[in-house]
Amino acid sequence: MTEPITLTVNGLDYPVDVDMGRNLLSVLRTEIGLTGTKEGCDDSECGACMVLLDDQPVNSCSYLALQAQGKSVTTIEGVMPADGLHAIQRSLLEEGGVQCGFCTPGIIMSTRALLDGNPSPSEEEIRIGLSGNLCRCTGYAKILAAVIRTASDN
Amino acid sequence: MSFAIAGSLDEALAALAVGARPIAGGTDLVVGARQGKAPLPASLVAIDRLDELAHIESRDRGIRIGAMVTHSQLMIDQMIVSGYTALADAAALVGSPSTRNIGTLGGNVMNASPAMDTGAPLMVLGAVAQLRSARGSRTVELSDLWTGPGQTSAETEELCVAIDLPPRPARSGSAYVRLEYRRAMEIAIVGAAASVTLADDGTILGGAVALSAVAPTIIEVDDAGALMTGHLPDAAAAAVATAASDVARPISDLRASDTYRRHTVGVMAARAVDAAARRAAGEEIGVPVNRAIGVGASR
Repeated sequence: MTEPITLTVNGLDYPVDVDMGRNLLSVLRTEIGLTGTKEGCDDSECGACMVLLDDQPVNSCSYLALQAQGKSVTTIEGVMPADGLHAIQRSLLEEGGVQCGFCTPGIIMSTRALLDGNPSPSEEEIRIGLSGNLCRCTGYAKILAAVIRTASDN
Repeated sequence: MSFAIAGSLDEALAALAVGARPIAGGTDLVVGARQGKAPLPASLVAIDRLDELAHIESRDRGIRIGAMVTHSQLMIDQMIVSGYTALADAAALVGSPSTRNIGTLGGNVMNASPAMDTGAPLMVLGAVAQLRSARGSRTVELSDLWTGPGQTSAETEELCVAIDLPPRPARSGSAYVRLEYRRAMEIAIVGAAASVTLADDGTILGGAVALSAVAPTIIEVDDAGALMTGHLPDAAAAAVATAASDVARPISDLRASDTYRRHTVGVMAARAVDAAARRAAGEEIGVPVNRAIGVGASR
C-alpha cells in the first residue's frame, strides 16, 4: 500500500507515492531522479548515501522516506552552485581527494555540515566529522587535506 | 501497513494502545529491517517530532532527559558533560555523526542491546526510566527494565518518555570506557562505566561500576561500591578489575572470544574508575575518555 506524500528536496517540493518500508535513498534516486546520492552498504556503515536532513547529515539508506515529510532534504545536487563547483568540490579535485568518486557525494555532504557548524575545525574534528564516510581508494589523507584547504580558504 | 506522525504525546500513546510501534530516529529499527533481523512492524507511529520529549531539564532533584534527546545533544550538553560525564562519553562514541544526529537516548535504552553504550553510564549514575501509556505512567529501575538481549519489561503500549537522573554529590566524577578495534562506527567489544565520589583525603567515599557487552543485559558490579570505599583510586581500580572479570558472563562471537572479553572488561573497568576518580578530583579529561586519553583509554 503506497501513500502520497510531498518531499522537500533542495528547496523544491516533490509529490511522490511511497510504501512504508521505502528508504529515502531509493525515493531520491528512483522517484525523483537525483542519482548523485549513492547506495554503498545499505547498512548505515559507509556514508555513500549521506544527505542533509534539516542541515544535519543522515544516512538516507536507513531512513524511511515517510519520516522525511515536512523536513528539508539536501542532496549533492543541492550543494553545487549553477555556475561551477562548490569550494569543497574544488578542494577535493585540487588535492586529489577523488579517485573512483563513489564516496565523494557523501564526503561532500558531511563536510558541508561540518563546516557550516564549525568553519575552522581542527584536524581531529574533521576526522570525527567524516568518521561515517568510508573511502576505499584514497587512504583519506588527501580528503583530509582538501577539507583543511576548504576551511582555510573560508 | 500504516504510518502516522504523532503531533502530540497523547496521539502517540493512543496509537500505541491500538498496536502501533514507535519509531524515533530508526537507526536500529530500519537497519534491522533492511538486514532481515526483524521486519518493520505493520503499524508505525513516528515520535521524533515530539518536542516535549526533546529537552534536558534541571529539576528539583536531578535532571530529566527527554527520550527524544539525541546522542549529538547529550555529548555537548553542559549539564551532562559537567555532571553526568560518563553519559557524554558514551553518547560521543555511538556510531557516526549521522547516527548520533537522529539516534535518541530513548531508542538506545529501549532497544536494549547488551552492547549499548549509554546503558552502563545510566546505571552507575542511578538513572530510572519513565514509561507512559494511555492508561498511566510508571517509573522503572533500569535493572528491572532490561530483561535480555533486545528485551524489556515494558508493555507494548508503553513508551519511554524520559530518563531521570539523581543529583550528583560534591567531588563526584564518572567515565565510560569502551574497548574498540577502530575509532568510529564501532560497537563495544566490551565497555565499563564508573561513578566515584571522593572524600577530602582523596580516598573513595562511594561509587558504582557497570559493564557493557559481557552479559545478556548491561550489568552492575554489585560489590564495586564496597570494594572501592575507603581506598585510594589505584587500589580501588585494581579491586574492581578483578570483580568485573568475575561477574562477566560474556559470549564468544565474531568480535571477541569470551576469554578475551572477560579479561578486557576488567581492564576497562579499572580505567573507568581511574578516569572517574581523576574527574572527581577536578582534573579536566575531555569527552569522550576514549579520545582524550587514547583508544580504549590506554594511557
